Amino acid sequence: MHNFMKLAALTVLLSASALAQNAVKVGFVSTLSGPGSGLGVDARDGFNLALKHLGNKLGGLPVEISFSDDKQDADTARQAVDKAIKRDKVDFLTGIIFSNLLLAVGDTVFDSKTPYISLNAGPSQYAGSGCNAYFYNVAWQNDNLHEAMGKYVNSRKFSDVYILAPNYPAGKDALTGFKRFFKGKITAEVYTKVNQLDFAAEIAQIRAARPKAVYTFQPGGSGINFIKQYAEAGLLKEIPLFLPGFSADADVIKAVGPNMVGIFNTSQWAMELSNPTNAKFVADFKATYGRNPSLYAAQGYDAALLMSEAVKDVKGNLSDGAALRKALENTSFISTHGAFKFNKNHYPVQDIYLRQVAKVGGSIQNRLVGKVFSNHEDAYAKDRKMK
Amino acid sequence: MPLDLILEQLLNGVQFSLMLFLLAAGLTLIFGVMDLINLAHGSLYMIGAYLTATFAPHVGFFPAVVLAILGTMLIGGLLEVTIIRRLYARTHLTQVLSTFALMLIANEVVRMIWGAQPIALSAPESLSQPVQLPGFKYSAYRLFIIAAGLGVGAGLYYLVNKTRVGMWLRAGASNREMTRAMGVKIGPLYTLIFALGAGLCALAGALLGPLLSVQVGMGENILILAFVVVVIGGIGSIKGAFIGSLLVGILDTAGRAFLPTWLTALFNPQLAGSFGPALASIAIYVLMAAVLFFKPRGLFPARGTG
Repeated sequence: MHNFMKLAALTVLLSASALAQNAVKVGFVSTLSGPGSGLGVDARDGFNLALKHLGNKLGGLPVEISFSDDKQDADTARQAVDKAIKRDKVDFLTGIIFSNLLLAVGDTVFDSKTPYISLNAGPSQYAGSGCNAYFYNVAWQNDNLHEAMGKYVNSRKFSDVYILAPNYPAGKDALTGFKRFFKGKITAEVYTKVNQLDFAAEIAQIRAARPKAVYTFQPGGSGINFIKQYAEAGLLKEIPLFLPGFSADADVIKAVGPNMVGIFNTSQWAMELSNPTNAKFVADFKATYGRNPSLYAAQGYDAALLMSEAVKDVKGNLSDGAALRKALENTSFISTHGAFKFNKNHYPVQDIYLRQVAKVGGSIQNRLVGKVFSNHEDAYAKDRKMK
Repeated sequence: MPLDLILEQLLNGVQFSLMLFLLAAGLTLIFGVMDLINLAHGSLYMIGAYLTATFAPHVGFFPAVVLAILGTMLIGGLLEVTIIRRLYARTHLTQVLSTFALMLIANEVVRMIWGAQPIALSAPESLSQPVQLPGFKYSAYRLFIIAAGLGVGAGLYYLVNKTRVGMWLRAGASNREMTRAMGVKIGPLYTLIFALGAGLCALAGALLGPLLSVQVGMGENILILAFVVVVIGGIGSIKGAFIGSLLVGILDTAGRAFLPTWLTALFNPQLAGSFGPALASIAIYVLMAAVLFFKPRGLFPARGTG
């Protein structure tokens, strides 16, 4: 009898949790403290704005979202992801900014068969022979924006370029991407420490090497400091600096100020792109948070839209994993940068734009200059072996 | 290698050294005179930077630095009177654990007040343009830091060697019990030293804020180097802290500047990028080990008798 009572209680509990499946559970693990936190905060705010626009629902189901800070540390990220999978039993995971953290948690996520919607990190390791059925990147493959800048700097016929990036997977992807399309001479290829803040030693080396241009990928606080120090050393006027959108968006512009004016950078998104989603996103982001959105915010917004579309496509039946993955794969929705489409390796096929920082009205912000790539695919998709 | 480059890297090294010196000077006095291992020293550096960043938008950069120094000295003084004072008679292990706890508390308090994200602090407008030196342009702000560091160093030299308070300091570092026996009131002296150390920390935090980032936990990495400087220079010696800072700062900058270039000749750029900074940090500890081997009490030990 006693056992029967236990069983009955258990059944009630189980059916209660089955009922709770009427909500979509999302685990959002991101970098929300330290020098890289500007990126995570923007992505989170973009994601939250999309949820607000969707009436706090994803595909018609209410959302239960748990945010955690990975402190840009692999062990902390691993614990947060474990908790989301094992305790919260989330339906989607998202949020990780830095590729080294994503690579640290990837196997755990894939083994748990939880779809991971990457709103930033897009390491080459998950794009080619290592791509995975449970991994979807709504932003770009790491190389993409750097490839675009490589092509642009090449078209400007700079004979030799000094390139720098932080020493981690996305830094390596960045310079690989740049070199794929830049055909001139690389004066030097330098890898700095992740989250490095003082670049005096590197800047002195650049001055002595006398390159015709400098290209660097430095996300967040590192980017802010590099550009500030490059300007304060008097090099900005002597050796032009080219950047990917990551190092020249609203977060960096706000911190660096007028020295940014004139700098060219590449991005899959721009504030002026005209489509209904972007118009609403840009206007409401400014109204809600009192600052200009960055590409990270746009990516966060797109990640929520992608999840919402997929949940809608499977009519809220999240228990059918195969159907959910198929819905994600074949998704079509209007993202912040227009109609969205996945390549067969679950990375987007999209246009990449050239932007230039300019004074627009009273504020300093990016101005759309032109398109560098149309329907650009990453270089790894052809080696795809979906697991 | 061009002379300009060596000169520029030397300036970078000196700039870093002098900021290290501001931290190490306070640390070595507290260690030498009060026999206290203070792991919360880096927290005072952090508080100085945060106070500067808070005041700067309202009163301008330079007044903000002064306010931050005064504010941090006050906090340091209060800390000494209420908590630190109780630790002098305890073992080093107790001191390490207690001040480590203080450091964690300081981090959380700062996080509660200012948030987890770094806050902005820019160099003053008047120093944002580069200065033309023979052969190259150099950041005016970094030159200002060098000047400020040298100025404070000279001031400390005067204070320690030419004033009555300095005499008590040297006496305390040399032989604490005897100083007490000779009638020096050590209670107020300790509070003064602690507040002075806090003020130097705040100055370093304020000046480095615009070059680095004002964020939670910013004092921890630099504190380790400051301890290395104290050990190399000799516990309790300002002169030792100065020489030690220059050695460590220049070695660190030289390692970061030149090793990756040389290593690229041997390895691919990624390996060179990992090895360069790693070897540079190893070099600092090799230097420390070598100094300890030949001069176990540091280069300029302050204790009169062993």
